[in-house]
Amino acid sequence: MARKPKLAVWKFSSCDGCQLSLLDCEDELLALAGNIEIANFLEASREVIKGPYDLSLVEGSITTPHDLKRIQEVRKISKFLVTIGACATAGGIQALRNFQSVSDFISIVYATPEYISTLEQSTAISSHVKVDFELHGCPINKEQLVEVISAFLFHRKPNIPAHSVCMECKLAGNVCILVSNGVACLGPVTHAGCGALCPSYNRGCFGCYGAKENTNTSSLSNKLYQLGVKNQDIQKLFRSYNAYTPAFLKESKAHD
Amino acid sequence: MENNSLIILAESLQLIFDNLNSFGYQTIAPTISENTIVYDQITKISDLPIGYIDEQTGGHYRLKKHSKPTFFSYTVGANSWKKYLHPPKVRLWQIKRKAKAMEFVSEETQPPKLAFIGVRGCELAAISIQDRVFLKDKFVDPIYSTRRKDIFIVAINCARAVKTCFCTSMQTGPKVEEGFDLSLTEILDDKKHIFLVKVATEKGREILKNIPYKVATKEDENIAENIIKTTAQSIEKKLDTENIKELLYQNYENPSWDEVANRCLSCANCTMVCPTCFCTTVQDTTDLTGEIAERWRSWDSCFTSDFSYIHGGSVRVSTKSRYRQWLVHKLGAWLDQFGTSGCVGCGRCITWCPVGIDITEQVKTLRENNG
Ligand code: SF4
Ligand code: SF4
Ligand code: SF4
Ligand code: SF4
Repeated sequence: MARKPKLAVWKFSSCDGCQLSLLDCEDELLALAGNIEIANFLEASREVIKGPYDLSLVEGSITTPHDLKRIQEVRKISKFLVTIGACATAGGIQALRNFQSVSDFISIVYATPEYISTLEQSTAISSHVKVDFELHGCPINKEQLVEVISAFLFHRKPNIPAHSVCMECKLAGNVCILVSNGVACLGPVTHAGCGALCPSYNRGCFGCYGAKENTNTSSLSNKLYQLGVKNQDIQKLFRSYNAYTPAFLKESKAHD
Repeated sequence: MENNSLIILAESLQLIFDNLNSFGYQTIAPTISENTIVYDQITKISDLPIGYIDEQTGGHYRLKKHSKPTFFSYTVGANSWKKYLHPPKVRLWQIKRKAKAMEFVSEETQPPKLAFIGVRGCELAAISIQDRVFLKDKFVDPIYSTRRKDIFIVAINCARAVKTCFCTSMQTGPKVEEGFDLSLTEILDDKKHIFLVKVATEKGREILKNIPYKVATKEDENIAENIIKTTAQSIEKKLDTENIKELLYQNYENPSWDEVANRCLSCANCTMVCPTCFCTTVQDTTDLTGEIAERWRSWDSCFTSDFSYIHGGSVRVSTKSRYRQWLVHKLGAWLDQFGTSGCVGCGRCITWCPVGIDITEQVKTLRENNG
């Protein structure tokens, strides 16, 4: 049998939640370990096998000068690089700082600000290196992660549709809560992947999978406005986990 | 020939449920879930939305208490009977890797026998349109045909319409004409709460066995006809279908497509809730071990980019081209393809469009800007 492909998991600025999704794949992990060599995954094992790696999963955004250098290294030793989660794909919740001056925060938060070395902005991995595939979500869905890895192993395209959460909602047999209960829901502009988790529990989607393809955020904002959602609350809706995803960024700025 | 027009007490509807159940049918009927009418399995008439009415306008749905304890005064639900006949997601087959070969495992489905209770005129028309799509011509869809085969249908004449209904324009309602085993008209006044039942098939007659009835009088018939007529007259929404195919085919470049594209979210809700939309996509998957591969089929929509993806990219990138595809197919190309319109006037796409885009308004705008 051919050599098993080598997998590495890298962490940048993040909460580790997406890596946990990988550990959460309890049943699938054994199958995974049988088909791929987990060569570098510090969250799971301290043992590190040297690169290059066939598949790198990258979690987290770029926020420090050190990150800037490290992501270039990671790219160099990775044949196939997949970002996992909102941080790596869009800058994450920490990209909220991009709307303010970072030096102001530092002086408030830290006793000795001179020890802090950080960049002005939190940015997505794709702003710095070529990314082969982006897996959305905050956190990512473990079934989608397994799908991406399976597709990689068997040289096929992953089945990760970029359409709306509404499609998943209707496939699950849900009734639209925006229409039937006037709940503010970002489903119509949000990338599928979660299986319509929040709407299934009567909660509006808050866009943690980022923008779907062909997003029309302003039309949805108009509707939310008609439902009585205040301008600043519309802004807050678009300014969360994926605040720096281009479509959401543009929409939140329109509500300044 | 025995009598085909009977009167039963409203509470005898329970006996129809019971008989259907004892004949091995699962009884599917309107019921309330999350403040909305949906279709689901129930066995007791107390689980019907008794004493409720719905309010529907573009992008808006609310369920309200009615002044009367009627069983069927609301209209079409959030979902349609399509989910039972043309399921949202099905596995088509599996392949398992064996030592020297591959083993193909096809899906042997034995769907339960279903009885649909409370099917409206527009919905009967939608079922007949999907029958045409899935059962006629060379290619029969086995998934649809096994599910469709034994369906028992109890239709209902609408005693009330909502603002989104336009069955009168599409000639599909509110009177139910064909495609059912039994039909009901609900009559409630100071003295009585009854159903006028029309028996259309032998199967229907069997289900009525042992249920106390009276033969309907001319007067009962008139009362029922009047209820349907009043409903029809209350319908305000109109879709002018005259030369509609030509109108659509001649207006590919009409500026009104741009205007609707500004509002359209390309979210696909309209196609998901539409009882006639039939499009699906097929996905092949493998597991992590490479020992099992599967093929799944699920509902798709012309509003997604993947829908028109061919080698090199998507054909319909813009929302404008997708909205145009939906309208031109639904109201125009469907006529060429299947000999009927793809729209039955149920109004679901209007109500459940989050931003309330109205198919009838779009046609009106096209007519105004025709040329
Ligand atoms: S469109 Fe006609 S048949 Fe359908 S629910 Fe409305 S009134 Fe009834
Ligand atoms: S196009 Fe709209 S009104 Fe016509 S059948 Fe479909 S959902 Fe109903
Ligand atoms: S309108 Fe779109 S989704 Fe519906 S049947 Fe036509 S192409 Fe398919
Ligand atoms: S017409 Fe409405 S429901 Fe259909 S895709 Fe556009 S916004 Fe969504």
